[in-house]
Amino acid sequence: MSTATTSAPVTAPSAGAPAPARPRRRLLDRLLKVYVWLILAWLFLPIVVMIIFGFNDTKSKSNVTWQGFTFKWWGMLDQDPKLIEAVVNSLEIAVLATVITTVIGTLMGLAMGRYRFRGLGAVNLVLFAAIASPELVMGSSLLSLFVSAGVQPGFVTVVIAHVLFSLSFVAITVRARVVGLDPSIEEAARDLGASTWVTFWRVTFPMILPGVISGALLAFALSIDDFVITQFTSGALQTFPLWIWGATRIGVPPQVNILGTLIFAVGVVIAVVNTVTARRRT
Amino acid sequence: MKRFAPYLLILPGGLWLAIFLVVPMVFMASVSTQEGDVVNGFVQTFNLSIYGDVLSQYGTQFLRSAGYGLVATVVSIVLAYPMAYWIAFRGGSRKSTYLLLVLLPFFVSFVLRTVSWKFLLADNGLLLSPLKSLGLVPADFHVLQTTVAVIGGLVYNYLPFMILPIYVALERVDPRVVEAAQDLYAARRQAFTKVVLPLSLPGVFAGVLMTFVPMTADYVNAEILGGPANTMIGNIIQSRFLVNNDYPSAAALSFALMAAMLIGIFAYARALGTENVLEAAAR
Repeated sequence: MSTATTSAPVTAPSAGAPAPARPRRRLLDRLLKVYVWLILAWLFLPIVVMIIFGFNDTKSKSNVTWQGFTFKWWGMLDQDPKLIEAVVNSLEIAVLATVITTVIGTLMGLAMGRYRFRGLGAVNLVLFAAIASPELVMGSSLLSLFVSAGVQPGFVTVVIAHVLFSLSFVAITVRARVVGLDPSIEEAARDLGASTWVTFWRVTFPMILPGVISGALLAFALSIDDFVITQFTSGALQTFPLWIWGATRIGVPPQVNILGTLIFAVGVVIAVVNTVTARRRT
Repeated sequence: MKRFAPYLLILPGGLWLAIFLVVPMVFMASVSTQEGDVVNGFVQTFNLSIYGDVLSQYGTQFLRSAGYGLVATVVSIVLAYPMAYWIAFRGGSRKSTYLLLVLLPFFVSFVLRTVSWKFLLADNGLLLSPLKSLGLVPADFHVLQTTVAVIGGLVYNYLPFMILPIYVALERVDPRVVEAAQDLYAARRQAFTKVVLPLSLPGVFAGVLMTFVPMTADYVNAEILGGPANTMIGNIIQSRFLVNNDYPSAAALSFALMAAMLIGIFAYARALGTENVLEAAAR
């Protein structure tokens, strides 16, 4: 997701262009910049609160008012085995769903970017429907299927659902990369005697790899954060977002804030590394 | 062999989408016309009257969801456009950093962020209690359990899906086109309304699709931030399905919601071209 947008060439003139900007315009630009930072502050406000309240020395079950700074919750992360189990479930589901989605989504993206074939329109339509349908509808129709077929919802059904909703994103990201490839490079490899198989692994695959990686990252992020479809397809299985949902009525313990902070930190590191390497490549 | 290559590549993903996206819709339609209960089992009776029943029973929630979705979408466009504009035209070399900042909140679970807002907006929470002790707002003032809280939560959670497509469309606007407009004596405002704005509309349309649909079908914000007067259709479907195990009426509501949205989406996409919307959605 991020590489697709961030690697776009810089075409607009930079802010510090020496054009004799009129003062009114410069004022407008300044105000807009302040506005952008206000919106960013708004987007980050609940996250900052989440991080800070992981250090709150709260006595009661509800972690709402500030009662002093403490590190004690970091040592009591494993206090609730159900919570740890939910986080582990979330991670296992995300890893498995990402692997499956990346493999079959990359194959789809290759086919859609490389070939014109009968049925391409139908595939496009279904991918579009998969992105456009609300999660609520996907989740409830999957549950209808599982109930009718007598399948007990659980780990497997959640993985099936997660692959379903991230598949289109991977396929479209890879397709965009495949469409941008110069076919003469592959022709050159074949002219130099490389087989189809060798050409794919040594030439084509390395070139589409950035698309595959951003697709995989997106699939992982979508999976680990998902709530709605997971709630419909999980049965008795708990994931991290489902556990939080269940805890909102009785009060969310500080351990949730800390686990949320840790997942956020890992995500930030991956995203920053991805952006920096993407910038270096171009 | 070469002729079948694209089909072989499409096959695993295509089957997945067919079995788990298309087939379940058929099953949901089938479940909606069954009668019975979870203990004694459900029997297919082709009971179509259920659609009339649930729509008249939950018409209010349907309309409320559409209204909330509409208001939240309009607010999102108004908030997102200037931001996307500034990043695309004035972001300079830091564009990718700004975009990253817009996306970073997604690394905290959607539910957790909404719960965090609940703490922030609580009657004696971090935002309201200082205002109350300063006497700036009356002591019984509250934000939670109001329409404003639910719509605010919706806008908060889906705003990046509006910013990104608008940004992508603006980023593609060639600055030379704007210069040309100015060379031809267009005032700044004219250059914007006649050149930049029309070129960015596909991004706005994609953003509307990416936000209106999930906002209207959302139940997390209404559940956590709203009160009994803010129940949306998603809350009804969720509780009918998962709490009451009343599968037929839940399936009927969900199917009706899907039908309404699909008709809307495809009319919308047809007017604009699926390809464009897909491309914008992927970014």
